[in-house]
Amino acid sequence: MKLLTHNMLTSNIIKGVTKGFPLKIAASEVKVSEVDFNPEFIARMIPKMEWSALCQAAESIGQLGDLPKELAPEYESDEEFLKKAHHVLLEVEVKEGELICPESGRKFTIRNGIPNMLLNEEEVAK
Amino acid sequence: MKLKELESRLQGVDHFEEPKILLEQYPTSPHIAAHMLYTIQSHYDDIEDKLVGDLGCGCGMLSVGAAMLGCGACIGFDIDSYALDVCLRNFEEFEINNIDLVQCDITGFNTNTRWHKTFDTVIMNPPFGTKHNKGIDMVFLEQALSMAQTAVYSLHKTATREHIQKKSYDWGVKMEVIAELRYNLPATYKFHKHKSVDIQVDFVRFSFPNKKR
Repeated sequence: MKLLTHNMLTSNIIKGVTKGFPLKIAASEVKVSEVDFNPEFIARMIPKMEWSALCQAAESIGQLGDLPKELAPEYESDEEFLKKAHHVLLEVEVKEGELICPESGRKFTIRNGIPNMLLNEEEVAK
Repeated sequence: MKLKELESRLQGVDHFEEPKILLEQYPTSPHIAAHMLYTIQSHYDDIEDKLVGDLGCGCGMLSVGAAMLGCGACIGFDIDSYALDVCLRNFEEFEINNIDLVQCDITGFNTNTRWHKTFDTVIMNPPFGTKHNKGIDMVFLEQALSMAQTAVYSLHKTATREHIQKKSYDWGVKMEVIAELRYNLPATYKFHKHKSVDIQVDFVRFSFPNKKR
């Protein structure tokens, strides 16, 4: 599970959960790899992100580095910053662990880098 | 990358070992996948450097192809663990590292998700709704349209074209049948009487009228 993906995952499909975001990460295995850097792509992805949740997630697994917690104006042309954002968004992966709903405490397993968001029938909010 | 090369490379994508009938699991053939993806990129420029979503990704044929054509990143969604495991094998084999996977039930998503308008492009070969799951193709389509910002590319039975046209009109989305394909389903399941079955399938592009494209 990359942090780009984590930033989109919510548990508000569960009955009784209002926001269900961000999901807390309890990682037992984190992998860092090299992914080709595409600065324009990263610049376009940043507005889609909930930036503080991204930083919080990265920090919780010790991968924040010196990524700024606030977006500077004109970040789109700051290649050094984009490279750091790229690293956190695409190069860090939680391979094994759990995601925890902040409201219900319900846990979702991450296995082989894939989060399992399937619910039981009783849990689904209609 | 040329179309022929794309198709040739996609021949190497692993398929389901034991496809599940009720989930309508069958791989998108390398031939169809290559033609779809090649058209999406060369004609509409909707893959390269884009964030792509693959709903009901199965063994990952479309995602792998999107990566080969230079997508910025791709996220695949599927309900089945075995299918997702095959995806992982494929990504490793092709040394693709910009695709992420989520195990979930697309039909269970509501409009409250953060996926709304996240993807530039959604590409999919959804279940057709032939196995006690009538209407599932429309549920997939509705979700895809919610998740995509620029376009949704999908395969639907030609027999449902009029119905989809009406729905598209109701939803205010533009529908364009790019091509009519003869989908050749090999006797994947033991009860198929014939060696293969041909269905008429539409390759459709959905887009949003208020956007430039």
